[in-house]
Amino acid sequence: MSVERALPRWWFGLVGVTGVALVLGVLHALWWAPTERTMGTVQRIFYYHVSSAWTAFVAFFVNFLACAAYLKTRRPKWDAVAVSAAEVGVVFSTVNLVTGPIWAKPVWGIWWTWDARLTSTLVMWLLYVSYLLLRQFAAEQPSQRLWAAAFGIFAFVDVPIVYLSIRLWRTQHPGPVIAGGEQSGIDPRMFLALHVCFLAFLLLFVVLFYWRYRLEQQRTELAELRARLHRWQLERSV
Amino acid sequence: MSYWAVSRRIMAKDLVSEARTREMTNAMLFFALLVLVLFSFSFQPTSDEERRLAAGVLWIAFLFAGLSVLDRSFWRERVNDCLDALRLAPASASALFLGKCAANVLFLLLAEGILVPLFLVFFDLSFRGDVGQWLLVLVLGTWALVVNGTFFAAMTVNLRSRELMLPLLLLPISVPALIAVVEATATALLGEGAMGVWIRVLIAFDVIYTTLALLLFETVLEGT
Repeated sequence: MSVERALPRWWFGLVGVTGVALVLGVLHALWWAPTERTMGTVQRIFYYHVSSAWTAFVAFFVNFLACAAYLKTRRPKWDAVAVSAAEVGVVFSTVNLVTGPIWAKPVWGIWWTWDARLTSTLVMWLLYVSYLLLRQFAAEQPSQRLWAAAFGIFAFVDVPIVYLSIRLWRTQHPGPVIAGGEQSGIDPRMFLALHVCFLAFLLLFVVLFYWRYRLEQQRTELAELRARLHRWQLERSV
Repeated sequence: MSYWAVSRRIMAKDLVSEARTREMTNAMLFFALLVLVLFSFSFQPTSDEERRLAAGVLWIAFLFAGLSVLDRSFWRERVNDCLDALRLAPASASALFLGKCAANVLFLLLAEGILVPLFLVFFDLSFRGDVGQWLLVLVLGTWALVVNGTFFAAMTVNLRSRELMLPLLLLPISVPALIAVVEATATALLGEGAMGVWIRVLIAFDVIYTTLALLLFETVLEGT
């Protein structure tokens, strides 16, 4: 019952820092990093593509830890952390899956290929959308948090198995020849641009995550207050 | 009663109740058969590439059969509050889970035993590869679907949209197992390549998810 209504001051500070980092990211990605020799300007989408993938991984890992913590402690706080991380993670994963084909079309000549990394990213996205759907469908159930936490663990454990099996599947078939992509040695300015973008996305993740987490807590509080009000009205009417 | 005796008793109860009512078996078999027939309108596997596709068709039929088995698994316990009685029984929840899984595996294997010969007849196919290994794939793949499916069926039994929710949870989780069974079946039909790697994937998948489900089932059951 002690949820503060306003967002804390540090959060607004963080929004400012994130804004600066995102602007720096744009400058790095679009101007300061050198143009890639073979792919040209379109390669600059790489900085956002990779950063969003990494951020999504971080988010899903946070979701996994929070699910485990919820199963262990049964404190609603951890459930709020889990759902916030999953939701923001799906957003970043969507950015990753949308920027991928935009980059792939001019460079590989196709929008999509069922290669190991693409397919496993898509399956990972599907798993976490399932997680969110489960929460939505089970919203009126008293134990939805338990189920969601159990599924969160099932989903996270699946990601490496999916990756392994798809790699095996792909090496059994003649795969499409993938040209381009990031080579082993990249220009230090590209390296810097990538990491500035990643840092900006991580900050953005924290901002969105905390906002969503607060919202979840307030929803829980509202539900409790409504239940109390309902009980009170019943007592008065007797 | 010992742990295994509880599991056996649960399994026997499900088998007897299904044998007497047949509320699920008939519909499940007919549904899976329809899938095979409808697919046979759309293509006749003559080339190797189409034989590869046929393996996918077979597993789609199994998947439909499996979903109708799993959907009924805990649903039938709602009558007379049987689920509450099971929950209150002085027995381990994981023993209940294993018993349910065993019954579901048997139902699904029964369906597969009927569907496979029909599949071979309708699509004019034969196994050119090692049938013994393929039977192992069949059992491991069925277990992979059932172990997660039974777990999610217990979770979704009280949801209004349970019939929609079960496949939404089960299918993405089962992606590695589905890749393995379809590839292994294609290998068995074509008679080229090795199934060993897929059998290893299936064993790993089964061991990991059986362990997880046994550990978490009690938690999930207390909430249904």
